[in-house]
Amino acid sequence: MNGMVSHAHMHGGGGPPTGRKAPPAREDLLKGFWRENPVLIQLLGLCPTLAVTNSVANSVVMGIATFFVLVGSSFLVSLVRRRVPNEVRIATYIVIIATFVTVAEMILQALVPVIYKQLGAFVALIVVNCIILGRQEAFAGKNPVGRSVLDAVGMGVGFMIMMLIMGSVREVLGSGTLLGVSLFGPRFEPWVIMVLPPGGFFTLAFVLLAIAWWKERTAKQAKAAGAHELAAAERAA
Amino acid sequence: MADLTWIFFSSMIINNFTLMLFLGLCPFLGVSGKIDTALRMGAADTFVLVMTAVAVWVLNTFVLARTPYLRLIAFIIVIAGLVQIVEMVIKKLSPVLFRALGIYLPLITTNCAVLALAIFQTNREYTFLQGIVFAVGSGAGLSLALVLMASIRESIELADVPAVCRGTALVLMIAGSLSLAFMGFAGLLSSS
Repeated sequence: MNGMVSHAHMHGGGGPPTGRKAPPAREDLLKGFWRENPVLIQLLGLCPTLAVTNSVANSVVMGIATFFVLVGSSFLVSLVRRRVPNEVRIATYIVIIATFVTVAEMILQALVPVIYKQLGAFVALIVVNCIILGRQEAFAGKNPVGRSVLDAVGMGVGFMIMMLIMGSVREVLGSGTLLGVSLFGPRFEPWVIMVLPPGGFFTLAFVLLAIAWWKERTAKQAKAAGAHELAAAERAA
Repeated sequence: MADLTWIFFSSMIINNFTLMLFLGLCPFLGVSGKIDTALRMGAADTFVLVMTAVAVWVLNTFVLARTPYLRLIAFIIVIAGLVQIVEMVIKKLSPVLFRALGIYLPLITTNCAVLALAIFQTNREYTFLQGIVFAVGSGAGLSLALVLMASIRESIELADVPAVCRGTALVLMIAGSLSLAFMGFAGLLSSS
């Protein structure tokens, strides 16, 4: 995961899209990782990001299920996009999404029954995750199958990255464990609040704060560097 | 009767949809800028929730008993249709109310609180009356959270907040504090 983040960093993290030389396919895939990250930048799909991230295992399962639904729906929507009349397109998208969620629900129930029970209603609520309907409306309904699937994969991975960050922070601080393995030993007093509802709000707030702070800093540095260059050029002239 | 009271207060305060279960966060973050709009949004939400509770009860009793795998698809279609019908009826019967609710009515279709209500109601096997009370309680809870949030945001509008914190991060921190406060209600009624 680390590798992916730093890769997306290099590619699209630098604020304004200056180096936009990437071929469209790569661009379709990579934009969701960071620059247009659905949770972080577009603030979509907040309900699951806050509700089920109290442990890494839950976050990962939720991330995979959402990824599956997103990619499947994008593929199908893009495939039928010319046959669906404009007036009923949203209804069609919702039915397609609900079908994939039903499939995901059955698979999870069969494979990971314990986690399925912990996630509860939130598996079914993938239907109303705005990321998924948003991608159908903004991308898959207008673009060919290949590009739509790439876009969905990118957005799905972006969502998973955020789920992993939230899940890790909350589990490490709230239970002192990572994937159930104790990190600090018995002397660590867990911050119980982090695995309770308020912890979700606070963690996301601090992640957003960190990003805003980092963006402001890079913008300042870029400005300073620009001014420095200008001064140097003036001196040379 | 005690049963109904418990359902009402549990869904309104102890298991508040927004602050405890993270449902319906989009309007909570989006339209909580002013108390007035927050109130209207809450009213529209409550109305749709009650209508959904009725529709879900009908579906569960007469249609879905033998086809459980169609549950999710049926719910979401019915909710989408219901919101549309409610919109048309209100427009016809009370144009004033329609204008007051404005854009918020259609937006409710994609509000996860509505689908969640349908799913909870089904999983807990509520009767008709219990379902209605549950919907009213949840709607009241949503409105309460919205109005609380809007009042806080109105009063800090002129506060000197560091530039980095402005926007969503600040709202989320307020939400976290509210949620913390609501945790205090956890012991209000014992769940036995």
